[in-house]
Amino acid sequence: MYRYDEFDHQLVNERVAQFRGQVARRLSGELTEDEFKPLRLMNGVYLQLHAYMLRVAIPYGTLSSKQLRMLAHIGRKYDRGYGHFTTRQNLQYNWPALKDMPDVLHDLATVEMHAIQTSGNCIRNVTSDQYAGAAKDEIEDPRIVSEIIRQWSTFHPEFSFLPRKFKIAVSGTPDDRAAIRVHDIGIQIVRNGKGEIGYEVYVGGGLGRTPMIGKKIADFVPKEDLLAYLEAVMRVYNMYGRRDNIYKARIKILVHEIGAEEMKRQVDAEFAEIRKTGALHLPAEEVARIQAYFAPPAYETLPDESTELNKAVLADRDFANWVKSNIAAHRVPGYAIVNISLKPIGGTPGDCSSDQMDAVADIAEKYSFDELRVTHEQNLTLADVRKKDLPAVHAALKAAGLATANINLITDQIACPGLDYCALANARSIPLAQQISERFSDLDRQHDIGELKINTSGCINACGHHHVGHIGILGVDKKGVEYYQVTLGGAADEKTAIGDIVGPAFTEEQIVDAIETIVTTYLGLRQPGERFIDTYRRTGIDPFKESLYATH
Amino acid sequence: MAQHSRKGAQFQALTANRLADGIVVYLTADDRWSESLQEADVADGKADGEALLARAQATVATNIVVEPYLFEVTRDEDGIRAASVRETIRQAGPTVRLDLGKQAELPGVHR
Repeated sequence: MYRYDEFDHQLVNERVAQFRGQVARRLSGELTEDEFKPLRLMNGVYLQLHAYMLRVAIPYGTLSSKQLRMLAHIGRKYDRGYGHFTTRQNLQYNWPALKDMPDVLHDLATVEMHAIQTSGNCIRNVTSDQYAGAAKDEIEDPRIVSEIIRQWSTFHPEFSFLPRKFKIAVSGTPDDRAAIRVHDIGIQIVRNGKGEIGYEVYVGGGLGRTPMIGKKIADFVPKEDLLAYLEAVMRVYNMYGRRDNIYKARIKILVHEIGAEEMKRQVDAEFAEIRKTGALHLPAEEVARIQAYFAPPAYETLPDESTELNKAVLADRDFANWVKSNIAAHRVPGYAIVNISLKPIGGTPGDCSSDQMDAVADIAEKYSFDELRVTHEQNLTLADVRKKDLPAVHAALKAAGLATANINLITDQIACPGLDYCALANARSIPLAQQISERFSDLDRQHDIGELKINTSGCINACGHHHVGHIGILGVDKKGVEYYQVTLGGAADEKTAIGDIVGPAFTEEQIVDAIETIVTTYLGLRQPGERFIDTYRRTGIDPFKESLYATH
Repeated sequence: MAQHSRKGAQFQALTANRLADGIVVYLTADDRWSESLQEADVADGKADGEALLARAQATVATNIVVEPYLFEVTRDEDGIRAASVRETIRQAGPTVRLDLGKQAELPGVHR
């Protein structure tokens, strides 16, 4: 994985020292809250309901064991012994004190981590595919481009005060695990007829109060032109994005208002202009330098079949179930991708204790080349595990309470922190996810239901990605009481869709029963081989409406 | 900043977050900041509420708290209660991880 050079080190250390001074001046009263707030936000520090919250950047979701151990240490020393992995592949601490924040950032800097680009109207931490480097049909490791964009965008003076925040996601496979079509810019790595690698570019996707699917404005941007092209998009946005209304300030509104064709025309014109005046060319040797950091690990030559694995599957039902749901195919024979569910039955989606982080760090060090990934679905991934080691990995995860076998099943839900923690939320998300998880805890039933993604957000800002859940739940506030609105048919993959609102909202008491009614309706309608989303696409919303509201 | 009190609320208390650690606090009758809602000064009626808010805003310059605001409360035999789910959660901690923090120390507030 990428290692800091002297510039990165200097940049991060200077930022820690600067913030230490700013915090001291705030605590002494030299700075007012109005003066200090934008400064703390530039360092990932928010004020939530109960305490400050620190959001730590995990660039494109990749972590070393050493970094994860530091996150565990910070959780223990400055927080309450746990952290929360988010839908942006980051980690949030819910309870740190402002006075400790400079020390936390100092500790993070010792392992090449920080909280830069986790807040504010800048280009945010780039997100990507958790299977990067290991996926079977990968055209190129998306972390190379992601790292290049990270270096280009960090403290970029022209893009530090955009009309609004700006999120970029990169996918290196046709199967989209990074939800690129609901980002401000989505980059799909492609290969053209000549065998050259380049980029398909989508703009104007996003969730929040106005969900939009990104529009493709470029079929093939050559590698050396990527930054120049992104610069052109950013310039058009910076010029025409609305600064008068925060709710209309994202690039999705601009693209929606002028249309994809006009957006493409403007970007192409700006791109041509940039090229004329000395384009920001990406030198091949610099790409090669970054690429070297993501060179494949030292894989052994192994037979694809593992007798150890096959034996263990036959001998241990728990293990067999875990293999069935949590293991994905690897491009190298004899290896597998291991998904670690952070969705135990009745637990908080994305929460991980410091002890669990240490356990995962040890497992990654021993079995997966000392490295792991965070997924935007709030789970962890060990990308490079030998198949013959899977029984040992499972046993170690089980000992740490991390062997829940439910990836992509109904209890593998996304949920934002909601009203239990978040100052913006209108309703709670976590208790709902917990109740749904308990209701569908039976594993045989989960397998019978099959792939089903339930995403819950506690407010319209949609951190819980409810618009793109197969079943989406949005918490709303009606005179101080929580209600839940349900959408159906959303998807965040290569067939991205925004869910349809099924009807009037449900109370907290009704919502879990409503979800069960939706699931039962699907089971009654499905044809052989159909997942929930397939059935929904075939039948539409009417049968679900009928069963939900017929008796109300 | 968002309004958390209902227009026409009869009883209101005053809350803020402590600057140094963000912890939720309430303004008391003798102008201290307490972590306990039960020690909060409760304003009766609109004029009383405005006076309570003015007292809180006067203390902002002393850098003890940030973002003070009024919120609706009710009083019953158990003492002072926040009227909204949001303020109940601020008072008594998240409704999850009941093994930790205020939610472990103040059982019975989340109903």
